[in-house]
Amino acid sequence: MMLLRLYWEFFKVGLFSVGGGLATLPFLYSLGAKTGWFTTAQVADMLAVSESTPGPIGVNMATYVGYTCAGVPGSLCATLGLATPSVIVILLVAAALQAFRTNRYVEGAFYALRPASTGLIAAAGWSVLVLVMYNAALYRSTGVLWDLLRWKNVALFAVLWVLTNRIKRLKGLHPIVFIAIAAVCGVVFRLGGA
Amino acid sequence: MPLLLEMYWAFFRVGVFTFGGGYAMLPLLQREIVDKKGWATEEELLDYFAVGQCTPGIIAVNTATFVGYKQKGIVGGIFSTLGMISPSLVIITIIAAVLSNFADFPVVQNAFAGIRVAVCVLILNSVVKLYKKAVVDKLTLAIFVLVAVGAAILSGKVSPVVFILAAGIAGVVFRVWLRAGKEGKA
Repeated sequence: MMLLRLYWEFFKVGLFSVGGGLATLPFLYSLGAKTGWFTTAQVADMLAVSESTPGPIGVNMATYVGYTCAGVPGSLCATLGLATPSVIVILLVAAALQAFRTNRYVEGAFYALRPASTGLIAAAGWSVLVLVMYNAALYRSTGVLWDLLRWKNVALFAVLWVLTNRIKRLKGLHPIVFIAIAAVCGVVFRLGGA
Repeated sequence: MPLLLEMYWAFFRVGVFTFGGGYAMLPLLQREIVDKKGWATEEELLDYFAVGQCTPGIIAVNTATFVGYKQKGIVGGIFSTLGMISPSLVIITIIAAVLSNFADFPVVQNAFAGIRVAVCVLILNSVVKLYKKAVVDKLTLAIFVLVAVGAAILSGKVSPVVFILAAGIAGVVFRVWLRAGKEGKA
């Protein structure tokens, strides 16, 4: 039963990968090796697509693998399998939290978890920022200090920051507006170098 | 619109507009769930993210389940999650079926290079907003700085779970200890 097997394998991926989408990658590599459903190279292609389409990367990956193995029913089974453990665990945690919300230990823990969570998001943002701005490869090959940064990206970053923070009439716009603007700029100015 | 459908649809929109996974979803959640619907506060979003870091599964699904459960119990959690994963199912299935070389198109590569820049700006704006809610005194400032710098330097080497657990323990120790010292204040 391919479909049941897919559901079950992705249930395990969802159950054991802690920390979001990319944490599922090692599990997918070993799943491919174990079952022969897909190769490591295919995982790399699927990751590229998953990263360049909307939606959570883990969910995208599950859908893709499921489709590759067994068509549309496969993508449904894999994705539902991936989501099921999250839903069960979080429903339990949410119920427990509701019961212990006012407990001073829980309160104390969350008081410290919020800045920690913010810190983790800041660090994740920083790693994307480095990826976007910094061009170590070009600098190493040319040795010109100017080449250290991707200046087109720096400029777009500055423009978008001003648009989202300093211009009152634009501040309230939906984030997708700025994403769309950036996508158009990316195509027009060939930001991907392609 | 019945609340359950409204929840499905709100998370569907978050799923459609999230490019780049994980934290890129944050600005959308702030917009759709906090500002527009009032289904969660910024503080609650942070709590959900923190819990989502240490519990199994995709953080996007965890967050959707959390928000849904708070509004409408177990059924709410399920509907929100289905909303969150539906766009992926549709989009990826189409791409897998007809455009498996999607990521190789120059237009896609260039557009995504631009989108990544926008995601940086949006995450920066989100962090500034969350910072104002989360960092309220010296202790929380210290935790923020330690975690942000630590996670940036040790990225890939140390699991985020470690930071979350350490912060949780610090919170219990300092809060309970501080409270004991300032009895009668609260």
